This record gives sequence, C-alpha cells and structure tokens, in this order.
Amino acid sequence: MSLLSVRDLCVKFAMRDNTVTALNQISFDLAKGERLGIVGESGAGKSITGFALMNLLSRPGFVDSGNILFQGDDIAQMSDAQMRRIRGNRMAMIFQDPMVTLNPVLTIGQQMVETLMAHRKLSKSEAEQIAIVKLREVYIPSPAERLKQYPHELSGGMRQRIIIAIALLLDPQLIIADEPTTALDVTIQADIMELLLELCETNKVGLILITHDLGVVSQMTERTLVMYAGRIIEAGRTREIINDPQHPYTQGLINALPQQTAPGQRLKQIPGNMPSLTAIPSGCPFAPRCEYVQDHCRTDAPETVKYTHVEVACHEVNRLHSDKAEEMTR
Amino acid sequence: MFAYLVKRVFQAIAVMFVISLIGFAIQDNLGDPLRELVGQSVSEEVRQELRDELGLNDSFVTQYLRFAGNALQGDLGTSYFFKEPALDVILKKLPATMELVFGATIIIIGLSIPVGVYTAIYPNTILSRLVMGISIIGISVPVFLTAILMIFVFSVEYGWFPSYGRGDLVHVFGPWETNFATVDGWMHIMLPSIALASIMLPLFVRLIRAEMMEVLQSEYVKYAKAKGIRPWRIYFVHALKNTLLPVITVGGVQIGTMVAYTILTETVFQWPGMGFMFLEAVNRVDTPLIVAYLIVVGFIFVVTNTIVDLIYGLVNPTVNLARMGA
Ligand SMILES: Nc1ncnc2c1ncn2[C@@H]1O[C@H](COP(=O)(O)OP(=O)(O)OP(=O)(O)O)[C@@H](O)[C@H]1O
Ligand SMILES: [Mg+2]
Repeated sequence: MSLLSVRDLCVKFAMRDNTVTALNQISFDLAKGERLGIVGESGAGKSITGFALMNLLSRPGFVDSGNILFQGDDIAQMSDAQMRRIRGNRMAMIFQDPMVTLNPVLTIGQQMVETLMAHRKLSKSEAEQIAIVKLREVYIPSPAERLKQYPHELSGGMRQRIIIAIALLLDPQLIIADEPTTALDVTIQADIMELLLELCETNKVGLILITHDLGVVSQMTERTLVMYAGRIIEAGRTREIINDPQHPYTQGLINALPQQTAPGQRLKQIPGNMPSLTAIPSGCPFAPRCEYVQDHCRTDAPETVKYTHVEVACHEVNRLHSDKAEEMTR
Repeated sequence: MFAYLVKRVFQAIAVMFVISLIGFAIQDNLGDPLRELVGQSVSEEVRQELRDELGLNDSFVTQYLRFAGNALQGDLGTSYFFKEPALDVILKKLPATMELVFGATIIIIGLSIPVGVYTAIYPNTILSRLVMGISIIGISVPVFLTAILMIFVFSVEYGWFPSYGRGDLVHVFGPWETNFATVDGWMHIMLPSIALASIMLPLFVRLIRAEMMEVLQSEYVKYAKAKGIRPWRIYFVHALKNTLLPVITVGGVQIGTMVAYTILTETVFQWPGMGFMFLEAVNRVDTPLIVAYLIVVGFIFVVTNTIVDLIYGLVNPTVNLARMGA
C-alpha cells in the first residue's frame, strides 16, 4: 500500500458569485520513504496542493471532490479534531519563509515542546530532551541554549534548520516542504537541501518537495510532477523527466534553465504567461503558449496517457516524439 | 536598560516642562489674584504696591521660574476657596479618582479581551455582529448620557445601585480611603466605573478584534496549525500575545486619557474625586486649583506613558531596551 494516494482531487475557491477551479483532477501516489518533486511556474497550484494534503486550505479555498488517502485514511473527509492529530505528527510541513514562520514572542524551546506535547503525553523536561536530540540532528550548535532563545536572535538559515528539526520531532511518515530555501541566502540553500535529503534518507521519511527549481528536483527527488494551471501535465521518474521531457511545457521549462543557454545569451523563456484561474482556456490550458499547437488542442482537453516511461497530458506527444527522432537521425 | 530609562525620564521632563508652561500661562491670564486677596475697596496706588511686592510686575521669565521653582517643591499655590495649598486639596481627592479609574480599567480589561478575541475568531456569528453594532453606538454616545441613563434605570427604576457618592469607606493610609473594603463601597463604585469604562470599551474591543484578526492570518498561526497545536493554545498563546503587544501601547495612553474623562463621570455621580473638584474650581474661578489640577493630571499622564513603554519593552522579546538607549 502506498503512503499517500491522491485521486481526482479538485480544489475550488468560492468567489463572490461563482467558484473557480484551482486544482483540477489531481492524482498521484507516494510510496513509503519516496521523495516527490512538484514543479511548475508561479500560480500553477503547487502550494494549494501542499495545503490541501494538510487539510489546511484557508478560506475561500475548499476541497470540492476527490480523495486524499494517507495511510488508508481519507484526509479530505476528516473532522478537525482527527486532522489535528495527524498534522505535525504523522505528516509535517516546512514553510517557505523561516523569518515569518516561527512565532516571534515564543522561545524556540516553547515552540518545540508544545509540538511534542500536542501529540504525546510527555513532561516538559522529557520533551526538551527530545528537542535537544533533534536540534543536534540538524547540526545546531549548543542546542540546549537555543531552546531559551527567541527566533529573532537567530539567522534565517538557523531558523530553517530549527523548522526542519520541528518537522522531525514526532518522526512523521511524510514531510511537505514548500520552497524551503527560496527565502534564504543562496550560499546556504544547498546546505539546507542537503540536510533535508540526508534526514529523509536516514529516517525513511517521504518527502513532497515543492519548488520551481528543476535543478533541486533532480538532486533531491525520485519522481516529479509537473503542474500547469492546476493540472498535472506530466509525471514520472525525475531522471527521465529531466533527460527526456515529453510535454512541450516541461521541455520549455528545461530549455529555460541557465545551463541550457550559452553564457551571454538570453534565457530561452517560454513566451506568454500562465492563465489566471478565472481565464483558463477550454481544451489544453497550455495551447495558447504551445509551439506545436493544433486546432483540436484548443477545443478538447487532453487525457493523461502513459507515453514511454512517463504519464503526460498532451494530444501531440506522438508527433512531437517522431519529430525529435527525425532530428536525431539527421 | 539603564540608558533607555534615562532617555525616557528626560522625555518625561520635557513634557512636564511644556505642561508647566501652559499651566503658568493660564495662571497669568485667568482672574486677578489681587481681587481675591484684597477685594474691591483698595485704592489703585496700594494695588500697584502690592503687585510689586507679590512680584506680579516682574518679567514673564522671572515669574515663570518662580512658579516652576515652587512647583518643584510641591507648592502649586493656595486655593482661593479652600484657603489651603492647592496640591493638598488635590491629593485628598486623588484616591477617589484613582479608584474610579482602576475600577473602569479592570472592567475594560476583563471585557475587551474575551469579547475582542471572540469576535475575531467568529466574525460572522449573530453575537459578533450584535457586539460590533453595539460598539459603534457605544463610541458615539456621550458619557454623561450613558451615566444619566444608567442612574435612571439601575438606581431610580430598579434601585439596585446607589446613584451618588462613595458610600462606606475604609481608611488605608494618608488621604487614601478605599471603596473596595465594604459591600456598600463596591455598590457605590459600580455604576460610575461602568459609565467611565463605557467610553473606552468599544474602542478596545474593536482594537483587539482588528489586531487579532490580522494575527490569525499570519504565517506563524498557520504554522502552529500545521504542527497540530490545539485551537485554544493557538488562540490564547500564539495569537493573543502578539495581539496584545500593540494594544498595550495604545491602551496605556487611553488609560491616561481616562483620568480626564473622570470630570464628567464624577460630576454626574457626585463622586468626590478631583474631576468633580475641578469643575467646581472652574465655576469658582479658583485659578491656583485649576492650574494645580492640570499639572497633576499631566504628571499622571506622563508617568503612565513611561511605565507602559517600559512594560512593553519588558514583555516584547524583540525589543532590546539596552540597545534602544543607545
Ligand atoms: N485565497 C485565494 N483566493 C483566490 N485565489 C487564490 C487564493 N490563494 C491562491 N489562489 C490562486 O490559486 C492559484 C495557485 O496558487 P498557488 O499558491 O498554489 O501557486 P504556486 O504554484 O504555489 O505558485 P508560487 O510558485 O508563486 O508559490 C494561483 O493562481 C493563485 O492566484
Ligand atoms: Mg507557492
């Protein structure tokens, strides 16, 4: 049985006089200890996916239909009280900006101890001992003294390490990390990612890593979902998606990477912008920006099909592939 | 910490200087001390002589320095009416006013926090809408109207509470006699405290509600939920502490302002405090007493503000008092 199984998840936002669809028929699985990347441009619905998995969508967002099976229980159907016992315990989340994630008026110790005591019957000193052990695991120097400090006394990198330690406090099966390093100094981004990878591997924790950095995804994850306008448009093993992307959007993302461009040349951006939720075109949402677009792309929504080693939602994937084969032989 | 304290004390002294200037200017322009001293029947020459003797013909600066020097030694002039040092008259009335302000403060704190928190957590319930509606009315109704209405309903109609005076008092020390030691004292302080509290209560409820709603949207509250913290702890530990920090600053100023509002409340309830006394002093053109009142109230205001700022620095971990002094 997989750790997490998402089936046809639809999330909507209730607007003043209608609803807009933010997530459209999302389905994916995560095995125990597996690491999955979710990539896509800004506004693709990556964060919404993460919050939906925690049942933490804030109004006006709500799960409209679909199932989120976590270790066999359907999260979308759970009461608040049931869900509370899962959050931070069996499933933990790492937020984007460590400067605003921790509560400024509570000490690090208070924020760690309360998390343990919310899920386990422990005394304060027992909880502090566990906190110290976890802080040591994320390489925080003199952890016992850190417990007495307030967040503002620590650097951003240090705070994100502490947040990782908090995520590990109750030995969860799944960690959802939403752009855990974008708010940090470039020099420490790699350190934090490395730490996260090491901890997930040694503790056999499943990871869902949300990012728009394909480089990070290729280092960190085994499988990848590519999202566009609230849909999964390509899914498969990370190595294969990076080396041989099938969907024109994924190809565009990879071509836009700086490594794909000679120094001094302009980056090969995908022309145009992602549609806003209120103006998603019928048919394939990527059609207006796609260089392989055909008439039926504008009218019929593509089915997700298995193509070679990935799943991809594109009408023209066959033709694309034969073009590419031609290019190779030439 | 020490540097910060010194800085605050200097600021307080500067404010007191301005207040004393205003007080002196009033003293200088309101009423004629000679008329109070000698009456109508004295000739103009004698008056001039007396003026010289009293130093009333000295320059403004000389006169102010004399006034300030006396004030620093606790001499704020002699009340024309009571024929006693003005400061003594006020200090005798001070405990009554302070107890009234204290009672109102307790009511404000005790009500505004739970009500503000409730309306922030459940903004759409009927109860919340009702409270917010009442608070708008509350802000716009003048205190004397509230007070008179309360007397009419609770004293005249139902006879639950007495409508004037302080009732049975118990001596504590010096001029301080307290309302809080007898049932009768408690009964007497009820209506005036509620009336006084009613001025600030809507403001505090709205302030706490607005702050709390903002805090509930913050990342750290969302994060606390993601950690599986129980709702009551999120509301009362994570959110409330951050909500109250800015409220402390505003609240301190408002409690200082409340001392001034006691004038109306005390008058309606015949409460023998310094607000009531002030209105009588104005009617009698008892200039030294008026000026002394202004200076004492200004002093209370400055002291509360300084204390509130220090408390803010102590409870907010992100404020480093030691660094702020530099
Ligand atoms: N409270 C809300 N009300 C209405 N629309 C919202 C709300 N929150 C998010 N959205 C919309 O949902 C879409 C997906 O948002 P989401 O935050 O998941 O994007 P993302 O992929 O995480 O982007 P980014 O890389 O910028 O973080 C966006 O178009 C956004 O405008
Ligand atoms: Mg996001």
